[in-house]
Amino acid sequence: MQFGIFSVGDVTPDPTTGTVLSEGERIALMTDVALKAEEVGLDVFATGEHHNPPFVVSSPTTHLGYIAAKTDKLLLSTSTTLITTNDPVKIAEDYAFLQHLSGGRVDLMMGRGNTGPVYPWFGKDIRDGIKLAVENYHLLRKLWREPVVNWQGQFRTPLQGYTSTPAPLDGTPPFVWHGSIRSTEIAEQAAYYGDGFFHNHIFWNKEHTEQMVALYRRRFEFYGHGAADQAYVGLGGQVFMGATEAEAKRVFRPYFDNAPVYGHGPSLEDFTKMTPLTVGTPEQVIERTLGFADYVGDYQRQLFLIDHAGLPASLVMEQLEMLGTEVVPVLRAEFERRRPAHVPSDPPTHASLVAAGPDAPFHLVEPALERVKQMQAEQAAASAAEPVEVRA
Amino acid sequence: MTRRIVVVTAGLTVPSSTRLLADQLAEATQAQATARGEALAVDFVELREVAAELAAFMVTGGVPTPRLTELRELVASADGLVAVTPVFNGGYSGLFKMFFDALDKDSLTGTPVLVAATAGSARHSLVLDHAMRPLFAYLRAVVVPTGVFAATEDFGSHGLSERISRAAAELAALVLSQDGYGVGGFVPDLAARPRRTSGTQVEADVTPFGELLRGHAGDNAP
Repeated sequence: MQFGIFSVGDVTPDPTTGTVLSEGERIALMTDVALKAEEVGLDVFATGEHHNPPFVVSSPTTHLGYIAAKTDKLLLSTSTTLITTNDPVKIAEDYAFLQHLSGGRVDLMMGRGNTGPVYPWFGKDIRDGIKLAVENYHLLRKLWREPVVNWQGQFRTPLQGYTSTPAPLDGTPPFVWHGSIRSTEIAEQAAYYGDGFFHNHIFWNKEHTEQMVALYRRRFEFYGHGAADQAYVGLGGQVFMGATEAEAKRVFRPYFDNAPVYGHGPSLEDFTKMTPLTVGTPEQVIERTLGFADYVGDYQRQLFLIDHAGLPASLVMEQLEMLGTEVVPVLRAEFERRRPAHVPSDPPTHASLVAAGPDAPFHLVEPALERVKQMQAEQAAASAAEPVEVRA
Repeated sequence: MTRRIVVVTAGLTVPSSTRLLADQLAEATQAQATARGEALAVDFVELREVAAELAAFMVTGGVPTPRLTELRELVASADGLVAVTPVFNGGYSGLFKMFFDALDKDSLTGTPVLVAATAGSARHSLVLDHAMRPLFAYLRAVVVPTGVFAATEDFGSHGLSERISRAAAELAALVLSQDGYGVGGFVPDLAARPRRTSGTQVEADVTPFGELLRGHAGDNAP
């Protein structure tokens, strides 16, 4: 199983001191978090993408390229890449380039974004959000899988004889996750292509996460990529740790109470009950995180939100240290112990995808297409064989 | 078959004149149903009791509490609704609006609704028609023609109980005739029935991806 950090890159004043990082300092802190993540033995660093203050994360591949140069093993990912407002042609180029720079240490998570005006700023209509996600991602798959692409869709200017450069490293595109909180269409999209599904359930009740993941798993099996419990699932998580639960709560409470997303709303205690937020000892974090698998099944990637809400670098680094040394080693062993042999431990990596060879279904634009056609043919044959119902 | 209506009341004090009006509307609607030989159950939703939860729901972008989930499902499955608010500063109360903002927009589609309000003076009576009706029109509910407005002085007059009876009769008639879609073959398309959802559960029926991809696979004719 993979463990890592995901960052939204917010510039938020530290509510205990009033200190506000400059954009440069905030970017540097994110870089430090990524480097520390590798140092303490985590597997993944994922950056968000936003195009408005108070966020600094407008240029993920620039940042990930820099981090790639300073790390050896860390897998670089996104949380999320805006498949709606970015040009899929540019995504294809940028992330293939990053693959080459990083030696294949790249995957991506597609998302639709959470700031309405980003759509008009980039010339799009938010009411087309799902359609943009569907069409742009389909084009992205073609650009990474077909040497020459001819394309005429609804949103982008047509392509005639277009070749995306550089081609993916070793002719093998990055693995893709689709992140969605509520939209069943996105879970369906992930299932259709046999991609991963990430549920950032840090702001949601577990019943909802359970239903979304179950839907994705059921459809993943329906489209013939494997059994439902073999589908690739990732989860978000949010923790703050201390030597005792009381100490953790004392330190974290002002950050919680003033946090951009949920501050000035529910109490820390209520929010801990309503969502997977865990504020306590490393043992409590371990117990709670292991419990996620009880409602989503054995899963492949766990990302934690650590640097946010104005937490200073000293606290963020301390949290990362505890996560890497006290929490994740136990989680690795315990998740491994409960995982049945037929369920994959990790999501596909560049190495595993290359090893699977160029004829693997992963290299098809639509791996489920043959199966869907076959099911449609069977359905047509079955209805043709049925006697016509005569109504009185 | 017992029908079920939900009475949502946004009074803030205990006792509250808003609740008093709500009680009378519920009782009158039940009486109308009984007179037609039908059973009608009533569930009350006192918004005051979930005020803090509603505020938390709003500022967290919709993280539900178990109690709110229960109420949202209660409303979305009701056969009819009585909505009663006090008038504050010329409109329905913020608490009242917050509850309806927390509902799925398809919670009340096609559902009969009786609107009612209380205030200190009769000068606010147009709140029914200028504020409450547009809200329920947006939610595609069916608001009965008679709305009931009670100023403090109305609790000492005959006119109020007459209006309550008339409104209750209108609501009961709509609630009891709701299965009027009839038998297949003799009525409009059953698929055209208003679709309602509480929005609290993930929809089990997903649009097959082939349909989502139609027109977006890059092979559109130029």
